[in-house]
Amino acid sequence: MILVIAEQRDGRLNRATWETLAAAQMLAGGMPITIVVLGAAPGNVAQELAAAGVGEVLVATNRALDPYTPDAYVMALGGLIRSVLPTYVLLPHTYQARDFAPMLAARLNKPLVTDVTAVTGTGTGATFTRLMFQGKLVAQVRPTGEPPWFVTFQIGAFRADAVRKGPAASITKTDVTIDPTLIRQKPEPPVQAVKQAVDLSQAERIVAVGRGIKSEENIPIAKKLAEAMGAELAASRPICDNGWLPMERQVGSSGQTVAPKLYVALGISGAIQHLVGMKGARTIVAINKDAEAPIFEVADYGIVGDLFEIVPAMIVELEKEK
Amino acid sequence: MKIAVCIKQVPTREWQPRLNESKTWIREHDVPYEMNEPDAYALEEALRLRERHSGEVVVCSAGPARVQQVIREALARGADRAIHIEHDSLASADAAMIADALAPAMAEEQFDLVLTGLQSDDQGHGQMGVVLAERLDMAHSTIIMEVQIQDGSHVRVSRELEGGWFQDIVIPLPALLTIQSGINQLRYATLRGIMAAKNREIKKLPLPPGLQPSQQILALAVPTRSKQTQMIGGAPETAAGELVRRLREEARVL
Repeated sequence: MILVIAEQRDGRLNRATWETLAAAQMLAGGMPITIVVLGAAPGNVAQELAAAGVGEVLVATNRALDPYTPDAYVMALGGLIRSVLPTYVLLPHTYQARDFAPMLAARLNKPLVTDVTAVTGTGTGATFTRLMFQGKLVAQVRPTGEPPWFVTFQIGAFRADAVRKGPAASITKTDVTIDPTLIRQKPEPPVQAVKQAVDLSQAERIVAVGRGIKSEENIPIAKKLAEAMGAELAASRPICDNGWLPMERQVGSSGQTVAPKLYVALGISGAIQHLVGMKGARTIVAINKDAEAPIFEVADYGIVGDLFEIVPAMIVELEKEK
Repeated sequence: MKIAVCIKQVPTREWQPRLNESKTWIREHDVPYEMNEPDAYALEEALRLRERHSGEVVVCSAGPARVQQVIREALARGADRAIHIEHDSLASADAAMIADALAPAMAEEQFDLVLTGLQSDDQGHGQMGVVLAERLDMAHSTIIMEVQIQDGSHVRVSRELEGGWFQDIVIPLPALLTIQSGINQLRYATLRGIMAAKNREIKKLPLPPGLQPSQQILALAVPTRSKQTQMIGGAPETAAGELVRRLREEARVL
């Protein structure tokens, strides 16, 4: 049996759960799929997921599950997994899964394969594809030892709309045991620290800079290109970490997700944390001195070369017809 | 405060990947190495906490003899001493195995706080710190952008969530935190630091017995392109002109 751990907050399902269900269906090879929904008040999430062509949806409600803490989740899921003994336990590779899944697998002394982008084969013979070395290499891996095996799937690697829906599955209430005195984390309500004064998600064109820009003094070169293109200026995480551009201009998993008509990546190597924020762009241009940079894997147009030579030449070209 | 920082040595960002003969791991002998970047931020945070609350910072690393390079660098930046679990098999070990390798020696030290980077730039499992917390029976929190010690018994952290959201969490000590890159501004080693580091202790310990990998790499390869990328060559002016032309006429995005 495959157990998919759904992610919800305040009764709203995280869409990445559907992507994990698509992966589960590819992996299943005839194995039944069960979904578990956890929370204090998961609303209609179970009803929504019952259509996912699965055998059963388990609902574990417990006041100690809200707000989310890794300790409560591991207590609840540890007991559940010991009793239902799935072959696989699958989750989306969200910030929440990254927080508790390694602890859950470690408590059960079982392997966890993270951030998987593809599945080859089905059932216990399956192998999993994941990127290593900042996306420079791709690995085929397999968990060792006896199941259950834990796997998390990269956001965006599987299509939510690929899930083969089916007749409404039965929804079963299940009890989970949580000792609230053993919950060590005391969380406060989330806050949006970065005021999104710049809404990059609405931008038609974006010029984004990465480490290749080398220093803060060079930012105006990219800014000038953005102006010549009628584009917003954005950046990868290291640039914002250094304070060269404000955090609100960061594209990637910890910043904004964008889908412009045109995305020009200047000196951005293309770490996965950046790619997840921009690979939905219609046309992607990459300019990088490293021909092996992973950014070229998602680019429509690529130039291998020195951005400090190419960008000024582009500006000249763009201004010719104005 | 007795603070541990876990540090991994990884290939540099400029390294061009080359595979071993069986194509199951990288060809190691000509790889340039550096300190894993998120771990460098964890080290910096530990040094800042020591400046505020006094105590000591102990670098913990698991790997073959070559990882002494990054241990020395951490000592030069200001760490007080180091523990090195040394074994050749740790070069390609998965995150759970690294945690199991470090756990016995770190448990003995009874640290108040353990900091790790949120993931490594080599295998990138993003789970070593959390597994280690479980092994050390410490409370944990992940992807941390701010650390404040409260009353010497608790730590208040700011945890990064997706899309620019943050959450404050209070955790009792001892605790383990995985640190996000960019939490602080890194310092670099001074000549004085490098000299001082020469006299600091690096305790070498053998691999604990009975460790097993939790996953196996069957094959490694250079990724194939998912898109048909049109590469534009030529001199900078020619390439720039051609790119602008194609963006106007072919892609029609300008």
